[in-house]
Amino acid sequence: MSGTSWVFGDNVDTDVLAPGKYMKSGIEELARHCLESVLPNFAADVRPGDFVVGGRNFGAGSSREQAPEALRHLGVAALVAVSYAGLFYRNAINLGLPAIVCANAGRIRAGDRLNVDPEAGRIENLSTGESLDCEPIPPHLAQLLRDGGLMPHLEKRLARERGIRS
Amino acid sequence: MPMNEAGSKAYATAQTLAQKIVARAAGKPAVTPGEIVICKLDLALMHDSGGPRRVKPLLEHLGARVWNPDRVVVVTDHYLPAHDDESRRIIEIARDWVRDAGVRNFYDGMGICHVVLPEKGHLRPGMFAVGGDSHSPTGGAFGAYMFGIGATEMLGVLVTGEIWLRVPQTILLEWTGRLADGIAAKDMMLAMCGKLGLDGGQYQAVQYSGETITALSMQERMTLCNMAPEVGAQTGLIAPDEVTRAWLEEAGVTKIDTSRWQGDPGAAVAAHHCFDAAALAPQVAAPHSPANAAPVAEHAGTRIDIAYIGACTGAKLEDMRMAARVLKGRRAASQVRLILAPASRRDQEIARAEGTLDAIIDAGASLLPTACGICAGYGANRLEENEVAITSTARNFKGRMGAASSRVYLGSAYTVAASAVAGHICDPREMLP
Ligand code: SF4
Repeated sequence: MSGTSWVFGDNVDTDVLAPGKYMKSGIEELARHCLESVLPNFAADVRPGDFVVGGRNFGAGSSREQAPEALRHLGVAALVAVSYAGLFYRNAINLGLPAIVCANAGRIRAGDRLNVDPEAGRIENLSTGESLDCEPIPPHLAQLLRDGGLMPHLEKRLARERGIRS
Repeated sequence: MPMNEAGSKAYATAQTLAQKIVARAAGKPAVTPGEIVICKLDLALMHDSGGPRRVKPLLEHLGARVWNPDRVVVVTDHYLPAHDDESRRIIEIARDWVRDAGVRNFYDGMGICHVVLPEKGHLRPGMFAVGGDSHSPTGGAFGAYMFGIGATEMLGVLVTGEIWLRVPQTILLEWTGRLADGIAAKDMMLAMCGKLGLDGGQYQAVQYSGETITALSMQERMTLCNMAPEVGAQTGLIAPDEVTRAWLEEAGVTKIDTSRWQGDPGAAVAAHHCFDAAALAPQVAAPHSPANAAPVAEHAGTRIDIAYIGACTGAKLEDMRMAARVLKGRRAASQVRLILAPASRRDQEIARAEGTLDAIIDAGASLLPTACGICAGYGANRLEENEVAITSTARNFKGRMGAASSRVYLGSAYTVAASAVAGHICDPREMLP
């Protein structure tokens, strides 16, 4: 997958991703305010297929599933960060949003064009020609992501099992 | 020499307690921190709020059934007593769902899920378990690897009996020395919250160790593991010992293996923090974070409206005994509302039989049902605008227990009781018999 990168710093928290003020509003409205307190034009200008790049502890804070859901709703193809808050990481993968762990995420600049291979764990920075090693997404989680998240994954799995039984 | 090679290899892969439990659940001889594994669950705990009412429609959408109803435990605690139509409906869904799903381990109004679960003999060392509640690591007090998950993940667990896990590193929190009289596990935990901060645990496993921990009772150990999420850990663990065994045997648990569920000497840990129990003063965490912990002296004199002895963290039998020691023969200050919500029916009955309950009630406490009560911020007793409370609960985030303008201080049951008598936050050591 390839797209443009949007770069943020350390400790991007779930309140910044899914502001409490709009939590009751539904994902459509909520997503319009995603990251606005650090980058007001983000939600309006991000394009489907783009990447969000962060530093350490991306997704810190609450367990709200709406934080990764807002990014996915905006069409973000994958996240790249040095590290993630645990619950956020789980929620992102379960909702079908690849979260890639890359120790060198800090070398990516805003607007860089990236080519990302989550399963191989490689990022080609097309703007600088640099290649960055990441932790490959493990096969089980890659399958979950390919299916589009936990719900569709379960649907597929159940259909398969029922097919075998009948 | 091959023998030596094998020996040194075994040493190089020394495993922490967390790794051993995860490895067993993943069906592997050993696991490495950072590795992602699929674990089979021994148990899944749900309560009325995050449980049936959320997963029932999802299960129906999938047309799926629970993988093994005997491994599921459901407890009603958050919306009891049901004070309006909405809470009655939520409780009804739970009752109907367990019947339809064939879940026999259903405890309705018996107490708070994290306390009822071990009481009813559902936990044992080495288990791998999840709960649909963030304080699920309470099970770590029994040497079980247990953590909280959201509703979507719980659906996955119910359908497959499995969950993925990034094998955690272990952060060792070691305590030495003896606690002074009037100091409790809650004070230890608040001190750790103050030192580590809300994210010091990095979603890894924290393990409490050292002579102070070994000397703690099971209910006090539960308080520590319960609040592991308050330092940002995925789970909190205490290696099982004879105290664990004795407690579990009384709860009717058999086949308890304590020797297998110990970390290997020399297993690598991510960090090792040391604390001195002898130097610990009662701790109070100021609004709006458990990390705002400081010795009680810093907040002494702060006027309070409500003193609440409640929650899975702070109203177990031993918490009630602490409060009773302070309150016996005393009365809460006239302007303070003293409230007790025992953590479980069992603890309440024991407290009643031994006179502990009376000591608290005679001091002017009103008795709420054995449920989450004010801690969950639901129900009729929520904090009003601008009210100031001192509570034995786990969290004091803004607005959690009621109005956004209410202010909650956290302390041990000793400190809550003493503050109720004084009418302001005070050091309980002044009131011990
Ligand atoms: S008592 Fe409070 S912390 Fe414990 S389960 Fe209930 S709401 Fe959660």
